[in-house]
Amino acid sequence: MAAGVAAWLPFARAAAIGWMPVATGPMPAAPRQERKRSQDSLIVLNVSGIQFQTWLDTLERYPDTLLGSSERDFFYHPETQQYFFDRDPDIFRHILNFYRTGKLHYPRQECISAYDEELAFFGIIPEIIGDCCYEEYKDRRRENAERLQDDTDQDHAAESSLPSMTARQRMWRAFENPHTSTLALVFYYVTGFFIAVSVIANVVETVPCGVSPGRIKELPCGERYAVAFFCLDTACVMIFTVEYLLRLMAAPSRYKFVRSVMSIIDVVAIMPYYIGLVMTDNEDVSGAFVTLRVFRVFRIFKFSRHSQGLRILGYTLKSCASELGFLLFSLTMAIIIFATVMYYAEKGSSASKFTSIPAAFWYTIVTMTTLGKGKCSISKMLIKKKNEGKFLFLNFMNITHFFFGLCLIDFFPYEHHKISTASFFFSQLPYTLFCFPSLTVMNASSFLWSLHASLETPVSSERIKKSRVK
Amino acid sequence: MTTVCHRPEGLEQLEAQTNFTKRELQVLYRGFKNECPSGVVNEETFKQIYAQFFPHGDASMYAHYLFNAFDTAQNGSVKFEDFVMALSILLRGTVHEKLRWTFNLYDINKDGYINKEEMMDIVKAIYDMMGKYTYPVLKEDAPRQHVEVFFQKMDKNKDGVVTLDEFIESCQEDDNIMRSLQLFENVM
Repeated sequence: MAAGVAAWLPFARAAAIGWMPVATGPMPAAPRQERKRSQDSLIVLNVSGIQFQTWLDTLERYPDTLLGSSERDFFYHPETQQYFFDRDPDIFRHILNFYRTGKLHYPRQECISAYDEELAFFGIIPEIIGDCCYEEYKDRRRENAERLQDDTDQDHAAESSLPSMTARQRMWRAFENPHTSTLALVFYYVTGFFIAVSVIANVVETVPCGVSPGRIKELPCGERYAVAFFCLDTACVMIFTVEYLLRLMAAPSRYKFVRSVMSIIDVVAIMPYYIGLVMTDNEDVSGAFVTLRVFRVFRIFKFSRHSQGLRILGYTLKSCASELGFLLFSLTMAIIIFATVMYYAEKGSSASKFTSIPAAFWYTIVTMTTLGKGKCSISKMLIKKKNEGKFLFLNFMNITHFFFGLCLIDFFPYEHHKISTASFFFSQLPYTLFCFPSLTVMNASSFLWSLHASLETPVSSERIKKSRVK
Repeated sequence: MTTVCHRPEGLEQLEAQTNFTKRELQVLYRGFKNECPSGVVNEETFKQIYAQFFPHGDASMYAHYLFNAFDTAQNGSVKFEDFVMALSILLRGTVHEKLRWTFNLYDINKDGYINKEEMMDIVKAIYDMMGKYTYPVLKEDAPRQHVEVFFQKMDKNKDGVVTLDEFIESCQEDDNIMRSLQLFENVM
């Protein structure tokens, strides 16, 4: 702004006439410039073959940059009477615009380090980037710095290990990065193996195993070979306990470790066993004990340490938590509305299955999530001409189903994703009218597809990167 | 941002109406258009531009009076023609024209007379613009004294107001003022 105002200097000087009659003494003469202002010449800047032309005055506005000072004389090419710069013409365009408008812009498609280099070459400090582009510039710079930091960290990690690590730090490093030493790798695979064994044992022990002598009914394997399964379970739990305790010992911040998701999963995986040991003799709570064994299935989540993809799935769900929450909320809202309406619509009829509004909930949920266990498809309605009430509200629920699909569109920041999701759901319209089961298949596939797409989009992948644990 | 976009008359016409050459008009217009892409200046922009030349003081009042003097049509905006006409008078005009323009500047309510209140306002605006860093440091009642001196000099018939003729006559008698007016020739 200041430089452009220099052109108004004659006006400012002329305005001095205002105080001249009031002055008590004569006015001092205006300072004469060595170079007359009326000499206004075009200057040609040749940047890698692309010619840029501007007034000399434009460049002189910022005398502390390369182009505005005598430094540009070093680049003068007498044969062609041009100033030649062997730099990038695309970025130079923005630099020249800075002289013209006084605002420096950062173009999104340019690489941040190339841009910084050009600015440094032409002597322009990046802090004067205009407000419109400043956020973008700062973000890109930060990302670049982080990337460089990551690279140097990785390089350091790839180099020989630091000798000054204590045993505890080495153990923690072994746990977190199994590739650092052979022992860590062995431990990694052993735990993975035992997780698998434990899960398979849980599954197999419920399989019917043949009739044992003296009984009529078939026994599940768990009861037939109870001792064997118990030993297997004990071994697995021992390994998991040892692993957990070692991790707890090695963790740099025990409090943070105890609060982390993976350690909670570890605890939940081994707790049922210990509770079972404590409570074997008490008959009353054995029912509860059996329920507790269900928690053994959570051992499968221990695989998250072994599978990056599983972790990414977890982070995706976490980062899309707000959208999922909204989906759940609107689903609940619609369920309550429709259940209420359906209950009151069918209140008079004696054949109604809806004895109360919560009883109608089940039917509503099942229909809206398209499981179709309500056994009432519209085709059946039309053919058998059954209860009108159900027909009417079924229609409404199908329409609601579309809107839930459209809610998924919230996941997608890009237009083409949104359009394809919307068209996908609208294309389901004929199917919902006639055939529920196919809907289930389509919805399952659309859910998986949307999850996959949400992993792909830059928004969520950035969120994942920000919350990534190495 | 105003959507009014004003284009000035052709270069030849302006050259005929003012005392500037084509080159000078080109330079002036480029500077004008750079600060005011819409082609008109409003009072706010005027004040901002003027404040950049006088960062030490508060130039807003003086800029306000200046704006009213430039805005001959009194419609709140100064077009390039107005701007360049005024500059032509101030920098290239005759002594008579310059003095008349200055009288117009001082006459805030444009009634043809300068009275003491108007003069006080103007002088106070000038003092504000100079800021605190004047040399020598000005006292509190310096504006009042200044106005008294001015009226003593200018008001020939001592009726409390200064008319245009009195003003021009008094200024032509004063050597300092005449010499100062000469300096404006060399500004562009």
